[in-house]
Amino acid sequence: MDPLALTLIELGAVVFCLGLLARLAGRIGMSPIPLYLVGGLFFGAGGLVKLEGMHEFAHLSGEIGVILLLLMLGLEYTAAELVTGLRRSWQAGVLDLLLNFVPGAGLALMLGWGVVGAMVMGGVTYISSSGIAAKVITDLGRIGNRETPVVLSILVFEDLAMAVYLPVLTATLAGVSIVLGLQTVGISLAVVSLVLVVALRHGHHVSKAVHSENSEVFLLNLLGAALLVAGLAAAMQVSAAVGAFMLGIAISGATAHSATRVLEPLRDLFAAIFFVVFGLNTDPRSIPPVLGWALLLAIVTAATKVVTGVWAAKRAGIGIPGRFRAGAALIARGEFSIVIAGLAVASGVVPPELAALATAYVLIMAIAGPLAARFVEPIVRLFRRPVRRPAYRTSGPA
Amino acid sequence: MNVDETDLPGLGRRKDFMTASGRRIGVVEYREGQTELIVSTWDDPDTCLASVPLTADEAAALGNLLGGQRLAMQLSEAHREVPGIVTRQFSISAESPFQNQPMGKACIRTRSGVSIVAIMREGEVLPSPAPDVVLHPGDLLIAVGTQEGLDTAASILRNG
Repeated sequence: MDPLALTLIELGAVVFCLGLLARLAGRIGMSPIPLYLVGGLFFGAGGLVKLEGMHEFAHLSGEIGVILLLLMLGLEYTAAELVTGLRRSWQAGVLDLLLNFVPGAGLALMLGWGVVGAMVMGGVTYISSSGIAAKVITDLGRIGNRETPVVLSILVFEDLAMAVYLPVLTATLAGVSIVLGLQTVGISLAVVSLVLVVALRHGHHVSKAVHSENSEVFLLNLLGAALLVAGLAAAMQVSAAVGAFMLGIAISGATAHSATRVLEPLRDLFAAIFFVVFGLNTDPRSIPPVLGWALLLAIVTAATKVVTGVWAAKRAGIGIPGRFRAGAALIARGEFSIVIAGLAVASGVVPPELAALATAYVLIMAIAGPLAARFVEPIVRLFRRPVRRPAYRTSGPA
Repeated sequence: MNVDETDLPGLGRRKDFMTASGRRIGVVEYREGQTELIVSTWDDPDTCLASVPLTADEAAALGNLLGGQRLAMQLSEAHREVPGIVTRQFSISAESPFQNQPMGKACIRTRSGVSIVAIMREGEVLPSPAPDVVLHPGDLLIAVGTQEGLDTAASILRNG
C-alpha cells in the first residue's frame, strides 16, 4: 500500500477510536486519560495491532501534546495567583512534596532503578492531576466549598514545583554530574523567578505580542511562539516542556483566558495522541509483573495525598468532612505523571519496567481519584455521629 | 456585615458570609464573568448544597428583591408609630403600561395619595425619585401610603 494512504488510515482509525473512548469516558463520568493509555497499550509494541505507518507523525504529535499540556498549565494561573499561592500555602506545598515524592522515589531505589529512576518515580507520584482535580471539583458542585481554595493553592504550588523539577529532571536524565546538576537547579530557579517578575511587571507586553482579535491569527501566534520557545529551551537543555510552561505563565489577563479557549481543542487532540504514543511504547506484557507494586504505591500515595489535604484544610479552619474532601480531591494523578515518565522513557536511561509501573500507577490513580473524591463524603459521614438539625426561630416581630 | 472574599486560583473569586442561622451564603464570580449563587448545607457550612448559575439580569433582579425587602422593613419600622400607613413594593413588569415612561406620567400621588419613596434598580437604590425618572422593567418601587391608596396605586401601575 502507498505509505501515505497507510499513515492516513492508521491515524484516522486511532483518532476515531480515541473519540469513542472519550465518549465512553464521558458517559461513565471518568477521565479519558486511562482509556487513552489502555488504547495505546492495545495497539503498538507487544499489543494486538502493530502501527508502523503513523509512527513518525505520532511521535512528533506526542511531543507537541506535551508542549500544549504544559503551555495550558502555565496559562491556568496568573503570575499574581502563583505568587500569592506560594506565599500563602508553601507549608502545605512542602508537606505535599515530601509526603508524595518519597514513596515513589523509595520504591524506585528499592527496585534498583538508581537515583535517576528515583527522581522520575518521585515526580510521577508527587504531581496531582490538576485537570482531573478541577473537573471533579466542578462536576461535584464543590467550587463554592470552603476547602476548594485550599486544594487549588496546593495545585498552584505543584505547578511551580514542576517548573523547577522539570529542568532538573532533564539534566539528570542527560546524565550530568552533581555540580552541573546543582547549576541547573540554580539556573532554573533563576529563570522561574525572572519569568514571574517579567509576568508580574510586563506580562501585558508578552500578551500584547501574541494577542489578536482575529482568532486565526491569535492561534497561529500562540502556537508559533510556544513551539519556538519550547525549541529554544530544548536547545539549551532545559526541556521543551518547561519553555512552553514559562510562556504560559508570562501570558496573562484576558489574553490568557482567550488563549485557553483557542488552544483547548488542539490540546485535547495532541494530548490524546501523546497518551496513546506512551501506551504504544509500553509493552502490555510488562505490566502484570509490576501490578502489585503499582497497587501498593497507589494505596500509599493515595493516603499521603489525603494526609496532605487534611492537614492543609485543618490549618485553614475547615471542618472534618471538608478536610477529607480536600484530601480526596488531590488523589488523582494523570497527565503530568505520564509527561514525566514519558520524558524519562524517551531518554532511554531508565529501565522499561519504569514505563510499565508508571502506566499501571496512573491507570489506577486516574480512575480511583475521582471515585475517592465522590465517595469520601458518605464514608466520613458513616464514622461521625449524626447531627440533629437545630430548630431556628424565624425572623420577624416577636 | 463581614463578607469574606477568597481567591479561587484559575477560576475566579468567592464572596460569602455566615448567616445567623449557621449557613454560609454568597456568590462565586468566575473569571469569564458568570455568577453563581451558593448556599451551604445546614450541617456543614464548608459545603455547597446548591450552586445556582445566574445571568446578569437574574442577579440584578435577586439583588432588587433582597435589597427592596430590607428597605421596606426599615420603612415599616419607621412608620410603626403612624397608624394606617403601610409600606409596599411594586415591581414594574415587562407588560406594565409605564415601562420606559417617566414615572410622573402615572400620576400616582395625585390619583392614589401614595408616595414612591425609592426605586430599586440593579441592586442600587434611587432615593426620592423625581417624576421625570424613567421606569424600567424589573424596577422595584417602594411605596408608602394607606392600604386603599396602595391598592389603587397597584392597579394604576398594572393597568394604566
